[in-house]
Parts: sequence; structure tokens; C-alpha cells
Amino acid sequence: MKPVSPLLAGVRDTVPMLVGAAPFGLIFGTLAVGAGLSPAATLAMSAFVFAGSSQFVAVTLIGAGAAWPVIWMTTLVVNLRHALYSAALLPYARSWPLSARLPLAFWLTDESYAVVEHRLRTGLAEGGMPYAFGSSLAMYGNWLLFSAVGVMLGSELPGLADWGLDFAMLATFAAIVAPQLKSRPSLCAAAAASAVALAGHGWPYKLDLMAAAAAGVVAGLWAESRQMPKKEEAGA
Amino acid sequence: MNSILWLIAGMAAITFLIRASFLVFGQKLQFPAGVKRALYYVPVAVLPALVVPMALLPRGDWWLTPANPYLIGTLVAAAVAIRTKKTLLAIMVSFAVYLAWRLLFV
Repeated sequence: MKPVSPLLAGVRDTVPMLVGAAPFGLIFGTLAVGAGLSPAATLAMSAFVFAGSSQFVAVTLIGAGAAWPVIWMTTLVVNLRHALYSAALLPYARSWPLSARLPLAFWLTDESYAVVEHRLRTGLAEGGMPYAFGSSLAMYGNWLLFSAVGVMLGSELPGLADWGLDFAMLATFAAIVAPQLKSRPSLCAAAAASAVALAGHGWPYKLDLMAAAAAGVVAGLWAESRQMPKKEEAGA
Repeated sequence: MNSILWLIAGMAAITFLIRASFLVFGQKLQFPAGVKRALYYVPVAVLPALVVPMALLPRGDWWLTPANPYLIGTLVAAAVAIRTKKTLLAIMVSFAVYLAWRLLFV
């Protein structure tokens, strides 16, 4: 392989993720305009929040007239997984200066986490910081660009969002979570959360999502606690 | 306009604080082990809670027939993702199936 600067390697390794994220930026921009957000507000959300799934959910909630605290709570729930990424990267990033960790934390997404963590875990910690910048900047530029294209499309073709692009969000979430449902506690968490989400479907302010998340976490922890002692008994 | 900017500012602050939790405040902040274990189940709870109602009640009420393109598309996305571990491939294949289903049955 030709020697490439770590920054460019970070960009290069993130290209497949850019292809995956582009349609969602596009769809987000389209949906946001459809939900009544101004182009400036839509682009501000992409620029300052920079979190695809919570932006989608927020736009849906804004369209449904939900109160702010509910949208903030939902943002918290949908993005909580980023705390795990933050914790997982810390061992590698501990020595990086604050001036690097601050922007890199702002740019931490599922995609960059996956790319950067893989690089650091497989022993290429050298140049890890510029590599992370390359990956993050590529994701950020891509997201802003395609959000803007989506805003333009949404303004030009107002019916586009009804045409079925909402399925792309469904497909993304399903494709992300399905491979994670390997252990029995994870399956229990998913089953309990789904059951509560179905039972609470249509509750105001997306309270169904909050209740489902809580039920899922409790079910997962419960299944985990049942599993542990059994293993010990088998070992004894 | 002004109010929507405050809404966005709140979302931005919450998202940044979560992402910075360990990377920026890491040395000081220690999540208790119980919280970390609970965090592990958040995505496997929240994502199915979003996906399952969208797939089974895409129009607000039950649609439990094989003609439901959301349901078939979601099952295809999950199956391809589990088999290949390639998220992007799963999205593209399932989107094609979804569109075909819409044209054929809806």
C-alpha cells in the first residue's frame, strides 16, 4: 500500500460510510422542509447537532407539535450510545490535547467511531489523532452537503418525503441493530421494548419511546442477572 | 424562528455533552458500573422500539400482511445485515425490495 498521511487515510477509510450517510442527509433535509423547518434552521441542526437519527426523530416530533422537553429527552435517549463510544475511545485519546478531544467529541458519530476504533484497536495508534480528524471532517462535510441538497430537493419537490424515503430510516435502524441482537439479554431487551412500543403506540410526546426504552433496559438487565448465576452453578 | 434555534441549541448541547462525557471529562467523570451496564442495553432497546412499530403500523394501524412493503423491507434489511455484517448493502438491498413491493402490491 502506498504511504498515505494519517489524515488522508482517515478520509479514505471513511468513504464507504459517506456513501451510506449521504442518502440520509438528503432525506433529512427533505423531511425537515416538509415538517415546516426553514432551510436555515435545517442546516443549523445539521451543523450544530450533527446526529442523524436524533435529527430525524426531532423533525418528526416537531412536525407532530411535540413540546421541547420531550424533543430534548428523545435526543438524550437516541444519542446515549455515544457515551459508550466516548468511553471506548478514551484509553487511546487520553494523551491527546484538549484542543483535539473537544472537536473530536463534537464530531463523534457511529460511523467515525467504527472506523477510528478499528484503526486504534488494530495497533495503528500512531497518527491516531489526525486519522480521527480525517474521518470526522469527511463525515461532517458530507452531512452538511447532503442536508443542503435535501433542503433544495424538498423545496423543489414537496411530495418527495411521502414517496417512501422514510423507509430508508427504517432500513438503517434495522440493519444497525439486527446484528447486535446476539445474546439472550439483548434479545429480551429488544422484545420488551418492541412490545411496549406497540402497546404505547400513539402516546403523546413520544412517551411510548421513553417507556419502551426503559422497559428494554430493565428486561436486558433482568435477563443478564438470570444468566450469570446459572453459569456459575454449571461451573460449580 | 428564534424559538426553533433554542430548540436546536438544546439538542446540540445534549448531544455534545454525551459525546464529550468520557473524551473530554473522562478523567473526572466515572459512570457507576450499573449505569454502564444499563447503557449497553439502550441501543438494543431504542432501535427496535423505533423499528417495530414503523414496520407493523406504517400508516398508524396494523398492517400484518405480506403485502406490507415496510414489513418485508425491514425483514430483508435485518437478514442481510445479520448474514453479511454490511450495513450499507443491507440498506440498498432492502430499499430495492421495498420499492419493488410498493410497485407490485400497493
